[in-house]
Amino acid sequence: MNASIATNQTILVVGGGISGMTSALEAAECGKQVILAERNTSLGGRTSLLYRYFPKMCHPTCGLEINLRRLKANRNLRVMTQTEVTSVTGKRGDYTVTLKISPRYVNQNCTGCGECAKVVEAEIDNPYEYGLSKTKAAYLPHAMAYPQRYVLDASIVGAADGEKAKAACKYNAIELDMKTETVELKVGAVIWATGWKPYDAAKIQPYGYDRFDNVITSLEFERLADPHGPTGGKLLRPSDGKEAKNIAFIQCAGSRDENHLRHCSRICCMASLKQTQYVREVYGDEGKSTIYYIDIRSIDRLEDFYQKVQQDSAVKFVKSKVANIKLHEETNDLILHGVDTEGYHRYAAQHDLVVLAVGMEPESNGIALPADMITDSSGFIEGSKDGGQFSAGAASSPLDVNRSVQSATAASLRAIQVVHKTSATEGAR
Amino acid sequence: MAEMKTAAYICSGCELGNRLDVAQLSKIAQKEGKMALVREHAFLCNEEGVQMIRDDIEKEAVTHICIAACSRRSKTEAFHFPTVAISRANLREGVIWGIAEGEQHDEVRQEMAGDYVRMGCAEVKKMTLPLGNPNHAHNKRLLVVGGGMSGMTSALEAAEAGYDIVIVEKEAQLGGWAAKLWKRVPFKQPFAEPQDTGLAELAGKVSSHPRISVYLSSTIAETSGAPGRFSVQVKGAAGITTEEVGGIVQATGFTTYDINKLPELGGGKSANVIDQAGMEALARTANGAAIKRADGKEVKSVVFVQCAGQRDESGTHLPYCSGHCCATSVKQAMYFKDANPQVDTVVMYTDLRLPGMGEDFYRSAQQKGVIFTKGKVSTVAASGDGCEVKFRDLILDEDTALNADLVVLATGQVPTAGVNLEAWNPIVTAAEGGSAEAKQQRVEMQKTSVLNLNYRQGPDMPQLKNGFNDSHFICFPYETRRTGIYAAGPVRRPMDMLQATEDATGAALKAIQTVENASLGRAAHPRSGDLSYPIVRLEGCTQCKRCTVECPFGAIDEDERRFPQFNESRCRRCGTCMGACPVRVISFENYSVDTVGNQIKSIDMPDEFSEKPRILILACENDAYPALDMAGLQHHVYSAFVRAIPVRCMGSVNTIWITDALNSGYDGVMTMGCKHGDNYQCHFVKGSELANYRLSKIEDNLKQMGLEKERVISHEVAITDSARVAELINDYVAKIQEIGMSPMKGFN
Repeated sequence: MNASIATNQTILVVGGGISGMTSALEAAECGKQVILAERNTSLGGRTSLLYRYFPKMCHPTCGLEINLRRLKANRNLRVMTQTEVTSVTGKRGDYTVTLKISPRYVNQNCTGCGECAKVVEAEIDNPYEYGLSKTKAAYLPHAMAYPQRYVLDASIVGAADGEKAKAACKYNAIELDMKTETVELKVGAVIWATGWKPYDAAKIQPYGYDRFDNVITSLEFERLADPHGPTGGKLLRPSDGKEAKNIAFIQCAGSRDENHLRHCSRICCMASLKQTQYVREVYGDEGKSTIYYIDIRSIDRLEDFYQKVQQDSAVKFVKSKVANIKLHEETNDLILHGVDTEGYHRYAAQHDLVVLAVGMEPESNGIALPADMITDSSGFIEGSKDGGQFSAGAASSPLDVNRSVQSATAASLRAIQVVHKTSATEGAR
Repeated sequence: MAEMKTAAYICSGCELGNRLDVAQLSKIAQKEGKMALVREHAFLCNEEGVQMIRDDIEKEAVTHICIAACSRRSKTEAFHFPTVAISRANLREGVIWGIAEGEQHDEVRQEMAGDYVRMGCAEVKKMTLPLGNPNHAHNKRLLVVGGGMSGMTSALEAAEAGYDIVIVEKEAQLGGWAAKLWKRVPFKQPFAEPQDTGLAELAGKVSSHPRISVYLSSTIAETSGAPGRFSVQVKGAAGITTEEVGGIVQATGFTTYDINKLPELGGGKSANVIDQAGMEALARTANGAAIKRADGKEVKSVVFVQCAGQRDESGTHLPYCSGHCCATSVKQAMYFKDANPQVDTVVMYTDLRLPGMGEDFYRSAQQKGVIFTKGKVSTVAASGDGCEVKFRDLILDEDTALNADLVVLATGQVPTAGVNLEAWNPIVTAAEGGSAEAKQQRVEMQKTSVLNLNYRQGPDMPQLKNGFNDSHFICFPYETRRTGIYAAGPVRRPMDMLQATEDATGAALKAIQTVENASLGRAAHPRSGDLSYPIVRLEGCTQCKRCTVECPFGAIDEDERRFPQFNESRCRRCGTCMGACPVRVISFENYSVDTVGNQIKSIDMPDEFSEKPRILILACENDAYPALDMAGLQHHVYSAFVRAIPVRCMGSVNTIWITDALNSGYDGVMTMGCKHGDNYQCHFVKGSELANYRLSKIEDNLKQMGLEKERVISHEVAITDSARVAELINDYVAKIQEIGMSPMKGFN
């Protein structure tokens, strides 16, 4: 292996969301060599698909911009997108990792000019909108995508659209014969920052996510609220495009439930509190939000935000685990059934849109981790037994952004300890 | 320093060649920009284009280049030439993507592109290549203030990475609060049973670590210096010792909220009402056997009152939630159940907060028979041999009461953060004004200081809220406002022990990072790696103190003669000092009053009969400028009459730029900065707020110039505002057209 590319002094970070970018940048800014491997076509991860952050109601892309600038300025850090880790062998301080790089069909010549997208006709489900909208099959993942380079969807490679895209590119950036590559690298330490995925809401049978168009997930609601999203920031419900003005937020959708996710996902209470303010942002006093909850977990100074929302007359809180949801056929509205445990009142409440505050499942539940890895009962990663691989952010525990960044920063130091010790041993030899 | 040789490179790729007259732009670069070399290229960012530039740098000794192509945010890696000064003329995102298509717009589009080329040339000629802070220092030892769980973790984790550590602990032994616990909440699965705290082992490792030295029964008498060269006076029994360190972790922890402030809950009234710390003491005494009260009676029933003096909306007690107390009460209830399952244990709560895998711990408590009651406690009072707890049962919706041998109040964490600078600074001002009372107050307040920084802006780190030294940035939790000093653990934010260990490890990394960067003369976050630094021409300084007062990071002190004394390693390179300076003696090598001023003056100003207004936009490079770029990317078309200049922070905007622009005939000036106020988004904390304040005064200048107040307008712009910036621009251009062209044209 070429030592200038990677050595046992290199840290591999798996996952280019906010945690992985943080781990990678913090280590690189300490002077360490880092490879950041991201499975998707762009860095940014799940937070880049959020409209706003709680409790400041600021925009995730603001921090992303700073991180991208740090990254562009740092020569210690190498980003590899569409790259998955297929194996890790060896031991702490001396791993061999195998990376599988899927073809983008667009090389580094791409200037981001967009001429390919103009000529391609085929459309695909927009992977950055949870399929809520379509995009051209030659696309820039999103406005802040990094690398700022187009992607050709594999479906048009070998078809006329692919050839058209290639012909439209003046910069020889399109390579239709690009193949999946496999590379092996030496690294000293690995940080798994593979993040989380929303729990499959369809598995919560009584809530009918798979049966009722107007039952959506909290992540889909983020896209609806975002002016850059599929509805231009209008809260239009999926069944009929009607403005949703009486919205139910159901907490612990999948979380705190031994039949689904046994853990509390921590972020969902704050996320729903935040989303009630999206409703206010669009409709003022006319938009009604009702939160169905078990406990509101607005921990530490986030309590302020809860207190603020409690004072909002358009937001109602019902302490109840919703039993089931039925469709109101004529209106496509939904009727929520349950018992308000504060006083034990039964209710059948009608709403025009239901947002499930879905729990966080480790994304790594879908990928093969090295055999040496310790995970907890929900699949969150503790680290490797040999102490050379670590987890960061939501891969390690259901964490909010602030805590994920904290965890990712800590993971950087642990990885640095490993490579420092390796170099110290080598020095002694 | 080599002689300046300039070059401009004009790209015709990405449709630039089709939409613009590139040859004319080259001529502008040559004739007006006075560039020694001007080259066009059809694909400047490819290997060949980049090689062409590289060759010019090597063979033609080019030292200053202007790249007229895409935005500075694009192809940054390709156009990376670390040995020369670089400016970027944004012709793609800033002109052809954002300006209306079609022949009828060719003229204004070309004029805009021409001006951006002029501006790029004008800017680069005033730049010099940043060479790094010459006053950098190399000390890489770290000071950890506080020897509790957080402090010891920071110390050990940094030491294990090869750094030398000094711990200063005010108590006679290491351990802090954690040492007073019987057991801790589990960190790892199965999340079912209280665990040994591991404190003795940790303290043992710290005490015996060859890289760690520990001062016990010691405090900090004074801290001076900057990252890489802090000098710390440690005051112990044996007197004062001076320690030289490069970075600091403040892990000074918390005290518990005083139970005596809760008389309605029996605090201070009954010996059988204790707080969680008191509960740990009883458990330690029992050592696994049946738990007894202070009077020796074995406890048969216990009630835990959650949120005691916390989450208080009345303003009397703590407004926040301390995060750990639900899990702590669950753990303490288990102490009873594990010793004797017959003990009645009730946890009374309004929202039970055990996030993450804490849910399993909660389940385990339920299995052990701990009762959880959703209720709001109104009073706790001595009754018979124990206490009566009166509460509203929120499930049954009724007032009721419960008797217990012992009541444990889950009180909150109060940070040990030192002096609150917001209270400090007015007192200092009054004391300097001669007030004897204020002088006394200052002395008293100074006694509560943790760090005793000798900084102009006060002796401790600024606090964010409720006395915690937290960062206000969601994405950057460690960004406290004193460079090279990082808060860790419950002094930063209320937290449990697991989070504190993570936090301490992260803070140690940040401290390591600062010393590494300081030793290379580079900036810390958010301009990490920036080699430029503030340079001041003291001979022009009027000692007005604005820079020392306004620096958001307290980087500037005053010397004996009251001149500003820059501590470059404490500086974050935002340029707020440069924006503040009324006599304009502060600059950076590559960013100065001249680099921007020269751009402003370089444009080709149409005369007042042209009906082509010119509007200057000063846009924050972190949010507004990207929003403008994305307006281009998403084709939100805006007027070609604007000329945008990115600024490091709105705080760096010197009002001279605005008055110069208006004097030279611009018809309007728009500033676009980040949100300020409580939920500020300014990456330099105070920059946008200060800019807002300074701009509020600009009306006077306009009046003096005989100009309408509408000629300067400021907006808060978020990075997502790509559509909105186009609207703002178009509305403003319409407004300017309505009030008419500036009468200042033609006077220069």
